[in-house]
Amino acid sequence: MSRVVSFVRQPIVVALVLIVLLLYLGEALSPGFATGGQILRLLIVASLLGIVAAGQNVVILGGREGIDLSVGGVVSLSAIIAGNVMNGADGGILPAVAACLAAGAFFGLLNGLGVTLLRIPPLVMTLGMLGVLQGLLVVIRMGIPSGQAAPALSRFVTQPLAYGIPGIIWLWIVIGILLALMLNRTVFGHRIYAIGSNEHAAYMAGVPVKLVRIALFMTSGMFAATAGLCLLGYSGTSFANVGEQYMLPSIIAVVFGGTSLAGGKGGYTGTMAGAVLLVILQSILTTINIEESGRQMVFGATLLLLMMFYGRGRAMRA
Amino acid sequence: MAETATVPTYRRTGGIGRLLERYPFLPALVIVAALLLLNGFFSPNSLTLRALTGLLSTYMALILLAIAQTYVVYAGDIDLSAGAILSLVNVAIVVLMERWGGGAGAVFLALAIGLLLGLACGLVNGLVVAALRLQAIVATFATSIFFTGFALYVLPVAGTPAPALFWRTYGGRLFGVPFVFYILAALVILVAVMSRTRLVTQLLAVGDDQQAAYQTGLPVITTRIKGYVLCGLFSALAAFCITGDTASGDPLVGGKMTLYSVAAVVLGGSALSGGWGTVVGSLLGALTIGLINSVVFFMGTPSEWQNFVQGLAILLVLMAGVLAGRRARS
Repeated sequence: MSRVVSFVRQPIVVALVLIVLLLYLGEALSPGFATGGQILRLLIVASLLGIVAAGQNVVILGGREGIDLSVGGVVSLSAIIAGNVMNGADGGILPAVAACLAAGAFFGLLNGLGVTLLRIPPLVMTLGMLGVLQGLLVVIRMGIPSGQAAPALSRFVTQPLAYGIPGIIWLWIVIGILLALMLNRTVFGHRIYAIGSNEHAAYMAGVPVKLVRIALFMTSGMFAATAGLCLLGYSGTSFANVGEQYMLPSIIAVVFGGTSLAGGKGGYTGTMAGAVLLVILQSILTTINIEESGRQMVFGATLLLLMMFYGRGRAMRA
Repeated sequence: MAETATVPTYRRTGGIGRLLERYPFLPALVIVAALLLLNGFFSPNSLTLRALTGLLSTYMALILLAIAQTYVVYAGDIDLSAGAILSLVNVAIVVLMERWGGGAGAVFLALAIGLLLGLACGLVNGLVVAALRLQAIVATFATSIFFTGFALYVLPVAGTPAPALFWRTYGGRLFGVPFVFYILAALVILVAVMSRTRLVTQLLAVGDDQQAAYQTGLPVITTRIKGYVLCGLFSALAAFCITGDTASGDPLVGGKMTLYSVAAVVLGGSALSGGWGTVVGSLLGALTIGLINSVVFFMGTPSEWQNFVQGLAILLVLMAGVLAGRRARS
């Protein structure tokens, strides 16, 4: 019996059950909500959030109040870089991918250096970096047009690639498998959990703590850059601050996936379910015909309600 | 941070270390002074009483929001909904003042209700974070969405004007002295009195080491809730100032200010991990942000580069704030 209870209380099971319930609710509220094509569309949106959340996830796993608020800025920057490098031509995709990943890695590196060498708390460092990135966006935007997605990139994100499923969802699945393998089967993955649960012990055991942490922030930057690239494919052109909408939701997806913000506990599979859950919830709210104010109040209250299922802190004990 | 705040250190430190230990907001004060000088250097007019009054009336709201944030940060918490509370109180008082005719009685009644609203929002935050034990960052983000929705319900689009009586008073003079200076003076006295209260000591104790505070018999949950309530009240005061400055209601006015309030607290040298900090530092931190913006403007930075230079300067002083704070605590 207790085994059943502990299985049911696993965050990923909670998320999956909630996803199914929400799909039923959506179908009941507006027939056609849970059809195959609609669900694929939801998954495309979820994959964008999920890819950002992948980077957020590893940074949080690494502990020491790990968090990356700069992801929103990197997503926007990457979208505009990609749009200009490819500028509507398929031949420009590879250079664009290289440029975006390099930019993401660069800002991740700066974050990582600030957090490790100067020991600036991640929240402060990435908050400051967000301001720098937003300023940089203004500079770029004044100088050059916003650019356009290459047709092949748009097809990759919005059209079926294989077995009727768009390329971006395949990409997300591959990222999910690779991250799960990395976290569970590689030395690097074990080191992440090690520094996340007890940094001092990890250091004593010979883990290069600073290098691992820098790598985590670079990973986060590169995932955010990937999401920015895909976002460009999704919308065709880049808008000002498109990435901002991913900043805090990426953290919520991680929390809904059962990863503790304290670090060292959790994984990416749950986060994927968390991202899907969050996107379905938002989508249901847009299908209901209510005022924007009511929609936001219901969304905020539902988020609080859902959080009750996840990682509540322990009660104080003497 | 267990070894830091409440335990006095008898280790001999250098002159600077001792000074920092006594006046932890000193680096922020130096930065503010330097920025004022820079401002004066690039544009002598920016140091006139008139210009300083303008600066103060624009940034008074951020100063109050930073102070609001400080009380939750004391306890090791954070409030990402402070800006949303500001927006909600802003639209609520503007709509109420207009509905009640805009006279003195209407203004005071609306302000009283604004304070109650801020208190209620803070109470909600405190309950979900401390009593329900949800994680502060995500829980207050969720409440910020709720509060923003409520603000949009009260006033769907920006634009309802505040009564002239209200913004004329805020932007005007009393016995020849600009009104904002009275606000600043009252604020300094209020904060000085607050810093001697048992509540602030308890907040710092909880932030320093929650487990130890609990074992000493402190009501940890109640204390954290009170911290959020204080934050809600000061966010409401910040809303009064922004209403006086913009003279209108805007349901989204505070959204961007939340992260600035966190930045101001860090600039002031307080530790985000809790247990250590000063409200005066946060006040200076908020002024720093305002002064950076004005220096960048007066330096003649090309307009498209202004945001970038501001962002970079804020990142650098943030780092300086953290490093100085750590130096003071060691």
